[in-house]
Amino acid sequence: MTKRFGDFVAVNDLSLDVQPGTCLGLLGPNGAGKTTLMRMITGQTGLNGGSISVLDFDIATQSREARAVLGVCPQQDNMDDQQTARENLALWAALCRVPRAQRKSAIAKALATAQLTERAGERVTNLSGGMRRRLLLGRAFINSPKLVLLDEPTVGLDPQVRSDLWLIIDAMRRSGVTVVMSTHYIEEAERLADDIAIVNHGRVIARGTPHQLRERYVGVEAVEYFGPPEVLDEIASKATDAGLKSRRAGLSISVLGVENTSVELLNSWGRLSRRPTNLEDVFVLLTGESLDG
Amino acid sequence: MARFDVRSLPAVWTRELIIFKRYWPGTTFTAVLEPLVFLFAIGLGVGAFIDEIAGVKYVVFVGTGAVATAVLFSSVFPGMYNTFIARVFQKVYDGILSTPTTTAELMVGEASWVAARTAVYGSVPMIATIPFGLTPRWGMLLVPFICFISALGLTFLGQYISGLVKVIDSFSYFQSALLTPLLFVSGTYFPIDGLPKWFGTISNVNPVYHCIELVRDACFGTLSRASLWHVLALVVFAAITGTLSIRVMTKRLIT
Repeated sequence: MTKRFGDFVAVNDLSLDVQPGTCLGLLGPNGAGKTTLMRMITGQTGLNGGSISVLDFDIATQSREARAVLGVCPQQDNMDDQQTARENLALWAALCRVPRAQRKSAIAKALATAQLTERAGERVTNLSGGMRRRLLLGRAFINSPKLVLLDEPTVGLDPQVRSDLWLIIDAMRRSGVTVVMSTHYIEEAERLADDIAIVNHGRVIARGTPHQLRERYVGVEAVEYFGPPEVLDEIASKATDAGLKSRRAGLSISVLGVENTSVELLNSWGRLSRRPTNLEDVFVLLTGESLDG
Repeated sequence: MARFDVRSLPAVWTRELIIFKRYWPGTTFTAVLEPLVFLFAIGLGVGAFIDEIAGVKYVVFVGTGAVATAVLFSSVFPGMYNTFIARVFQKVYDGILSTPTTTAELMVGEASWVAARTAVYGSVPMIATIPFGLTPRWGMLLVPFICFISALGLTFLGQYISGLVKVIDSFSYFQSALLTPLLFVSGTYFPIDGLPKWFGTISNVNPVYHCIELVRDACFGTLSRASLWHVLALVVFAAITGTLSIRVMTKRLIT
């Protein structure tokens, strides 16, 4: 699928499939096209080329049917903040056409999911940022969706709140719901996603499990050197000569995939520390861009 | 484009009902008080100097005209401000459109709610005029329906305006250049048949004029086949502004 805004290509001939019951992490920096992609899936952003099928519904002709089985947690809080948590959920139950007889239990379940049962009568404006995000997550599940779209679900939250939300998302994932989650937090993608698509400039540039991506692009082990820029430049050059990949991060350089490289050689370049490779290594190596968090 | 599904409307009304239950005292106070101020200030104030106009007491003439003032204020402003706030500041519409609701259903749902509310608010000045000499008639029972159809078109107009502007301050241009003239070239405070002919021509495209004419026909017992022209004009106005509202909002919300 392709989406252009004027001359800017937000989504560029991107192709993606998601297996039922899995969590796909869309990992990419700000402006990579993740939110546009989410809006294309809900039919709120049109396509300039290609097609989208959500649970066998063609978005071009059956977007209403597709939205009926979708749950969405947007990046930007869009609740009526003068309404209470319960009122917001009641509204969403009505909008998502939850049968009237099931609404009360659906609202109670969503409040329990969001851990906000005790604060159900509180106006949203009085809830903390973390509580509001939890409520948005609960709201996304009010219609027992088959597919849930989470657009940067923990962006801007402190680490404690983030890990609370991860527990909720993980519980959703384990309940068998298919999850598509965009994020620019490495740890979030590694912890929650079964499958990761790295997105940059509107394209999927790599796809696989976290383990597969590391193995394919950066190996198992990395060594890290610290020093002034000229020393790091020299190490980068030596790594290239030795057929190794490296990436710079501030005052350090990481040489990647060193598990089969002789310890003597690596020690001869300077004082080093060993660590396992991670998704950030993959991302930076592939895109040349750094990620937050 | 997805076909219009009326099953979406109760959900949109649910949101409006939740908001109304919280804010009805303020909303109702403003909607009722403003036309009553016009009725008493102009109807009784100016009425002290003018005995009759168009064959009825001036206060009765203004009292029936104030129905249209209530309709205009209670419909076009929520259409403008509430729509802008929900779309731009709260991003509520973005959320709603990720559910099985379409832009058309959202706009029609909101406009029909506002119109239903205005049907009640619009009738208040008429009732308030009864002690001042307006004779109760069965035809007055039609006034809430006249208010509804008038308010529907005017709310759509407000929604359309809210989709045109980039910042909320721009509404003042429309208020001064469009809404105020609509009110004064409508026959609310003085009959327009005493004005130059071109005023009458302009009035034919003014929904407030058609609303007032119908309200007076209903209140004074002068309903006739000619009244159908005013009904038709209001229906056409609602159809045009409704189409414009849905079009501009789709452009704004579906990127």
